[in-house]
Amino acid sequence: MASIIQVENVSKVYDGGFRALDDVNLSIEEGEILALLGPNGAGKTTLISIICGLVNLTSGSVSVGGHDTIRDYRAARSLIGLVPQEIALEPFQKVLDGLRFTRGLYGKPADPDFLENVLRRLSLWDKRDSMTSELSGGMKRRVLIAKALCHQPKVLFLDEPSAGVDVELRKDMWEVIRQLRAEGVTIILTTHYIEEAEAIADRVGIISKGKILLVEDKDTLVRRMGHREMRIELLEPLASLPDTLAKYSLAQSEDRCTLVYSYEANGERTGIMSLFNDLNAAGIKLRDVDTRQSSLEDIFVSLIEDKPEART
Amino acid sequence: MNLQAVWSIYRSEMRRFFRTITQSLISPVLSTSLYFIVFGAAIGSRIQEVEGISYGAFIVPGLIMLSVLTQSISNASFGIYFPKFIGSIYEVNAAPVSFIEIVLGYVGAAATKSMFIGLIILGTAFFFVDLTIQHPAAMVAFLTLTCISFSLFGFIIGLWSKNFEQLQLVPLLVITPLVFLGGSFYSISMLPEGWQTVALFNPVVYLISGFRWSFFGMADVNIAISLMMIALFLALCLGIIWWTFRTGFKIRS
Ligand SMILES: Nc1ncnc2c1ncn2[C@@H]1O[C@H](COP(=O)(O)OP(=O)(O)OP(=O)(O)O)[C@@H](O)[C@H]1O
Ligand SMILES: [Mg+2]
Repeated sequence: MASIIQVENVSKVYDGGFRALDDVNLSIEEGEILALLGPNGAGKTTLISIICGLVNLTSGSVSVGGHDTIRDYRAARSLIGLVPQEIALEPFQKVLDGLRFTRGLYGKPADPDFLENVLRRLSLWDKRDSMTSELSGGMKRRVLIAKALCHQPKVLFLDEPSAGVDVELRKDMWEVIRQLRAEGVTIILTTHYIEEAEAIADRVGIISKGKILLVEDKDTLVRRMGHREMRIELLEPLASLPDTLAKYSLAQSEDRCTLVYSYEANGERTGIMSLFNDLNAAGIKLRDVDTRQSSLEDIFVSLIEDKPEART
Repeated sequence: MNLQAVWSIYRSEMRRFFRTITQSLISPVLSTSLYFIVFGAAIGSRIQEVEGISYGAFIVPGLIMLSVLTQSISNASFGIYFPKFIGSIYEVNAAPVSFIEIVLGYVGAAATKSMFIGLIILGTAFFFVDLTIQHPAAMVAFLTLTCISFSLFGFIIGLWSKNFEQLQLVPLLVITPLVFLGGSFYSISMLPEGWQTVALFNPVVYLISGFRWSFFGMADVNIAISLMMIALFLALCLGIIWWTFRTGFKIRS
């Protein structure tokens, strides 16, 4: 696949002297869904804002569809639709008027049928004559998406699309995103949640403290991140592990009341069933079982400790 | 040139104006009527004539200018400040629009609004006084130029304002005194010698004087000088806007 967005050696130092992006390189393939994953303040919004032309870069260059975003900003920006992180809408503007406005900004002739289509797709058609101040938060977010789509962009940026959105709407949104991808739109979204990246992205980029730590196929990454721990609390302390359990390389807690089993959640076999069978056979009684996945923080830590390999 | 975008900004700004058309018109019409009653009737009964023109008619150009200047500034400054304040300016920033197109859209709309209000006030004036306009074309030209240049000025204020206080401050502290001391309600020749000289440093004097000339064919200062002063002011505003967008941009970080 050809790359549609090239970010080369981009750094951003804000007026206060804060370095929000540090020598970022990123190539986004045409037609993919890329999730940018990172904690608060990582620089996700800054990166998106630079590509979209909202923030001036300090050094480096960005091109969209082969057009430099500064020298050839008209061509570059025409390809982009942006759904910002913060809801920012004219309160007294009617939904449909707002869409007409946005479409006009992109120099596109009026196309009522297309706008109707966009609104229907986002279940907003009934609200077309409502003022945005009369809408719920979730509806406002959909209005932002509709605005981003109303000039038929080839690249769509969604900055934290699932912030403040309920499960139902999130699913609908993912559905819209998948449809768009099927139509050939390239999609870049930011998120704090691995689950979200896992659910819809083709590739995942991890960004922290203004640096891109890695960009990887989702499947590879999920496998790498799929590391889980199961904590098994026992009814009675277990002095020593029976030999039959040796193959599980269990860890024991100090008080001997807890066993910890590590496994890969995405592996062919997790070994959980046979572990339980063997525990049962050894006559070990369980009080409780609890599993936890490696958190984003764990992954960051492991990535930072593990840089050479991580920077693939 | 992305004319579609200019039109889009213009239309959406005008929509906002027409959404609140009653408020937009009631206040200037009401205040003008009050001026006519207070200045025209109360003072006019004592002054009667200024340079051969009835006082009621004499103050019409000044009253129109007063409203047009303040309306241009408040419309244009609010027009760009508001989307900046609520954040919806991101759309304009992310769109394939040049700063010239942004200025044309916002300033064009603000100028149209104040032109509209100026004409409404002129219409109102006909109810109160006998009025003939000697140079209608020049009148319209003067009005248009004033609307445009002061909308540009308002746009600059809106670009640079960091909060609502600043947005109010310039019109309040600078424009209102300049307008009141600019000969809206009197002829400069009615001032004492020394003050006449001081008045010549007030740019609004030239505007009102030129505008008054288009009504009555008489002016405090030469009409050519008046025109030059507006042109100068217009150029200055354009220069500042160009420089603002060149350097800080003010709508981008
Ligand atoms: N206009 C600004 N001026 C100064 N510093 C800024 C500005 N905008 C962002 N920053 C700083 O840059 C850093 C990155 O911010 P950014 O908004 O890009 O993070 P983010 O990854 O989007 O975070 P979040 O997940 O919270 O949205 C932060 O430390 C922030 O404080
Ligand atoms: Mg952000």
